[in-house]
Amino acid sequence: MEKLIDEFEGDQRELIHILHEIQKKFGYIPAQAVSRISKQLKISESEIFGVLTFYKAFSLKPRGEHLITVCMGTACHVRGAPMILDEFKRKLGIESGETTEDNQFTLETVNCVGACALGPIAKADGEYHGQLKTREVDKIIKELMNKKRNSSK
Amino acid sequence: MEEFNTTELNKLREEISESRKKRKTCITICGGTGCHAYGCLKVAQAFRDEIEKQGLQDLVDVRTTGCHGFCERGPIVVIQPKGIFYQRIKLEDIKEVIAETIIGKKIVDRLLYIEPKTKEKIVYEKDVPFYKKQRRIIFGNNGFIDPTSIKDYIALDGYKALTKILFDMTSEEVIEEIIASGLRGRGGAGFLAGKKWEICRDVNSEKKYVICNADEGDPGAYMDRSLLEGNPHSVIEGMIIGAYAIGASEGYIYVRMEYPLAVQNVTHAIEQARKLGLLGKSILGSEFQFDIHVFRGAGAFVSGEETSLMASIEGRRAFPRQRPPFPAQEGLWGKPTNINNVETWANVPLIINKGAEWYSMIGTRGSKGTKIFSLVGKINNTGLVEVPMGMTLKEIINDIGGGVKDNKKFKAVQTGGPSGGCMPAEMLDLPIDYETLTKAGSMMGSGGMIVMDEDTCMVDVARYFLDFTQEESCGKCVPCRIGTRQLVEILTHITQGKGEEGDIEKLKDLAKTLNAGSLCQLGQTAPNPVLTTIRYFEDEYEAHIKDKSCPALVCKDLIIYHIEPEKCVGCLLCLKNCPVEAISGERKKVHIIDQDLCIKCGACLEVCPPKVMAVSKYTGKKKERILNKSSQKSE
Repeated sequence: MEKLIDEFEGDQRELIHILHEIQKKFGYIPAQAVSRISKQLKISESEIFGVLTFYKAFSLKPRGEHLITVCMGTACHVRGAPMILDEFKRKLGIESGETTEDNQFTLETVNCVGACALGPIAKADGEYHGQLKTREVDKIIKELMNKKRNSSK
Repeated sequence: MEEFNTTELNKLREEISESRKKRKTCITICGGTGCHAYGCLKVAQAFRDEIEKQGLQDLVDVRTTGCHGFCERGPIVVIQPKGIFYQRIKLEDIKEVIAETIIGKKIVDRLLYIEPKTKEKIVYEKDVPFYKKQRRIIFGNNGFIDPTSIKDYIALDGYKALTKILFDMTSEEVIEEIIASGLRGRGGAGFLAGKKWEICRDVNSEKKYVICNADEGDPGAYMDRSLLEGNPHSVIEGMIIGAYAIGASEGYIYVRMEYPLAVQNVTHAIEQARKLGLLGKSILGSEFQFDIHVFRGAGAFVSGEETSLMASIEGRRAFPRQRPPFPAQEGLWGKPTNINNVETWANVPLIINKGAEWYSMIGTRGSKGTKIFSLVGKINNTGLVEVPMGMTLKEIINDIGGGVKDNKKFKAVQTGGPSGGCMPAEMLDLPIDYETLTKAGSMMGSGGMIVMDEDTCMVDVARYFLDFTQEESCGKCVPCRIGTRQLVEILTHITQGKGEEGDIEKLKDLAKTLNAGSLCQLGQTAPNPVLTTIRYFEDEYEAHIKDKSCPALVCKDLIIYHIEPEKCVGCLLCLKNCPVEAISGERKKVHIIDQDLCIKCGACLEVCPPKVMAVSKYTGKKKERILNKSSQKSE
């Protein structure tokens, strides 16, 4: 991580780039990263916290093994996205933005993925599941769990 | 490549078209995000494999192109030059398409689009009603261009406009041309683009910037993404022309991080343009120098506001600031900056190539050219449509969109995203232009057009939008931070049946404060969804507040699910699918929902066979009657 941060030179204008890179690599922004960036770019830690908590792209907590993102765009909303989200919340036992205790699943929402023809839509580990019905939610979760099992075999 | 100049660009263009003459047939596969989600990449690969297997690679081209727009029917395959239109292509169809259409020159009937009204099968893309009424001057090339190939763009007269302005036009002439064309900003407010350039040009400064705002945050709008993904060079060329006119040497494209493919394609396109000497020092051998960086947003709706966007590029929180000074005077790092959105930039090369006079013939008196809308929601033909300004909403929704899905009744159309409003059926004859939409209480916005049917609750829609703006409010100014929160709370109460007499007045009053007191447009326009739904659908508000009923049967707290005893056949389907075991019953006996356990997830309604349709939703007095009946029974 230090290496990654030290590669950047310059000032505040690099901050969001660095945060993107760390988020991509580690899945979250560890606290040590913040103090390292602070030294590298010569800006205060509080300023960095301000920026990283402002944007949705960055998270201070690690995400779960699997990421489920439910689209809450307008087109999806009128086609029943809130019901889909509720079902995910219920099945996983978490609120959106949270991670299950076993660290398996993180549930998030997104303002719009721009695939409105397929609404309501959710992304599970990057794969799109369109024209979703509430009863399909369980299947998606099980598929993700199986994927884990298969790959660990 | 060094010293790449106009002659060489022209030579290259000729070479490309010459080399393509040999391979006359081209299978184009839509590679937009919608089709990606349908699995178009596998389809494209399968086509390539099959072509190779059959040894046809010298005769047939396979090209993954930009978005074709008709997302409803993806994955879309169009076989050029004839434009044979196949839709919803699956992997198992590919062998047949190659054998029948490519080799046998015959049409595969079952893959054609069937016009729902006439049941007629349509062979060619241009004859599909979805495309017929469109005028695709900006978006049309998407279907021919592989966005990763600069050659495809050059072959279609790409960078010709750039040559023209660099060697035949002064910066004043470019600006005059853009002003004369009447092009207005496509990002929402609709400021005259040429005028904006002129203001920035007239500011004295050694360093100036141009920015492309691709932070397309309105939910339900994705035309900018499709342009940037599908034809990135048209945006880049527009920016170079703008930079030349203004005297800027550096540019930024600010892209939403939620659009990974757009980031990838535009970054690649910039590298290609650099390699050819279309970006960088001494562009096409001229004295002009200009380069573009791509900046990935980090997920904040407010960064679409121009001053916030600049703060974000500077590595800070995306807080808006007071204007003036306007970006044209003091923008990025305090330097004069011109910001336009993706679609605006993409219009520029076209205006230069075809002339302001040609361009200004399209559209209405005040709004020139075309506008791309993303037509989504409860509509038959979801997709991106480009129409001349002045077309009526009705034409777009009925003729192009094929009307409301599942033969439901139309209720409203929402334009302008969270800043816009909902318009009822009576307004469908409105022609699309900046002024009429604003007068109706909505706005053009970036171009989302969400169709809502009788099953949509307008109070819930207003709550949805305010929930959105409240969540996205940056918190800098009080009216927006606290005002949006209050609006959401009142609206949520109403949808929960806790609304009180006087709530509507409170909403209106708050709306006024937000509009007058907020720092940026996010807060100023946030009340529009509330105001327009009150203006056109006040009866729905009244029903929620006075009768505690939701006429559209949406608001969970105001409805119940009920199994009609006379219809239920006792098939156990709903019982098995109920996630909370709220349904009791036996095979061939009527099932009953326990209202205390029911979480109103709708699973029972979803699985009840269409022939039976025994599950209904009730609200208001009917709901009370059913609840009373069941409580009497249990006593």
